[in-house]
Amino acid sequence: MSFLGGPVSTEGFHTPGPGDFNLPGLFGTEVTKPMVLVVLSAAIAVGLFYAMSRRAAIVPGRLQFAGEYVYGFVRNSIAQETIGTREYAKFVPYLFGLFLFVLINNFYGIVPLFQFPSMSHIGYPAALAIVSWLVYNGFGIAKHGFFGYLKHQTVPAGISGAILLALVPLEFFSNIVVRPFTLALRLFATMFAGHLLVTLFSAGGEQLLLHYDPPFLGIPAGVVSFILAIGVSFLDMLVMFLQAYVFTLLTAMYISSAIADEH
Amino acid sequence: MMVTTLVRAAEESAPNPLIPQQAEIILGLVVLAILVWLLKKFVVPNFEKAYAERTAAIEGGMAAAATKQAEVDAKLAKLEKQLGDARHEAARIREEAREQGAAIVAELRAQGQAEQARIVEAGKAQIAAERQQAATSLRAEVGTLATSLAGKIVGESLDDDARSSRVVDRFLADLEAHQGAQGK
Repeated sequence: MSFLGGPVSTEGFHTPGPGDFNLPGLFGTEVTKPMVLVVLSAAIAVGLFYAMSRRAAIVPGRLQFAGEYVYGFVRNSIAQETIGTREYAKFVPYLFGLFLFVLINNFYGIVPLFQFPSMSHIGYPAALAIVSWLVYNGFGIAKHGFFGYLKHQTVPAGISGAILLALVPLEFFSNIVVRPFTLALRLFATMFAGHLLVTLFSAGGEQLLLHYDPPFLGIPAGVVSFILAIGVSFLDMLVMFLQAYVFTLLTAMYISSAIADEH
Repeated sequence: MMVTTLVRAAEESAPNPLIPQQAEIILGLVVLAILVWLLKKFVVPNFEKAYAERTAAIEGGMAAAATKQAEVDAKLAKLEKQLGDARHEAARIREEAREQGAAIVAELRAQGQAEQARIVEAGKAQIAAERQQAATSLRAEVGTLATSLAGKIVGESLDDDARSSRVVDRFLADLEAHQGAQGK
């Protein structure tokens, strides 16, 4: 029953769960680890990329080439290809910042000592989603006017009559209401789940390896558990990058559709 | 049942992970804003500058290459034109030389012919003169011989020159007249 019904409650073993994501404040203050990490991520992003871009040489050095590779990825592959060459330039700083912010905070999850993806606290993805929502709606309204923009986002071209009555609320719901929630939840949930899996496998592995009785069962199971933890970590690394990419790309796509000419 | 108790226990110990904390949202907003502002101010312009300079450098290089190419083309055309001119000039000179050669040959031939004619003429004149001379000297000699012969035959000197030469002349004139009548 205990294997199927839920966490194994062997004495002394604490099963990692959602509660473990609420870290106590550091040094007895209200400041928590993710707060420090988030602030640090901005410092890392600006410091690193300022150092990489400072020389702005025509023939880039190794550092500048690496920086340009990341910058060019966001600028060309995400912003330019999605938004179009005419208007992409003014969105590049935001998309670049967004990408670096998510990427660094995600990768905290596998950096020793940090080992906590700040984006698994939904407050941070929520903040990013709010800003993206404001940006794409703001630029859409600036371009089409308030009612023009509402029409642009909710009335599909080439459809009239009764179907329109059904489609307009749906479009409004999917294009205006749902987007920030899906953006935030997708990022939060993947980081949360990834980190939970890794902690579960390593904590469980440790328990099995050191404390399980009889040891001839516990040790092999513990080794397998650690191997799985490592495998999941690698998978998680891929997800960390992908989520940063997806968040940025979706924001770019929302901007693109908001400022698009009549379709 | 156990699950519900566990969830309740989790809820008691920790807030729902789906409910964002205000502090985190605010911190996220502030940090993102600062990050984007700093990137926009210090990082993006540098990268864009590098891109722009690189583009300019490449385009400048291409423009320089195009200019060089045009120069080379112009020079090549000029050289080809010069070569054509030179060929033309050579052909013209050859033609001229051929004409001159022909003219020289013709002139030489004319000169030769003139010279030949002159030599022939001179030869003829000389022959005529010599003949005249020979005839004159022969006449004198014939007269002398005939006179002396006649004197021997007659036995008397016919050395009266004036008379004898008159006789001879008359004889010869008769002879010539006779010959002329016979020749006709």
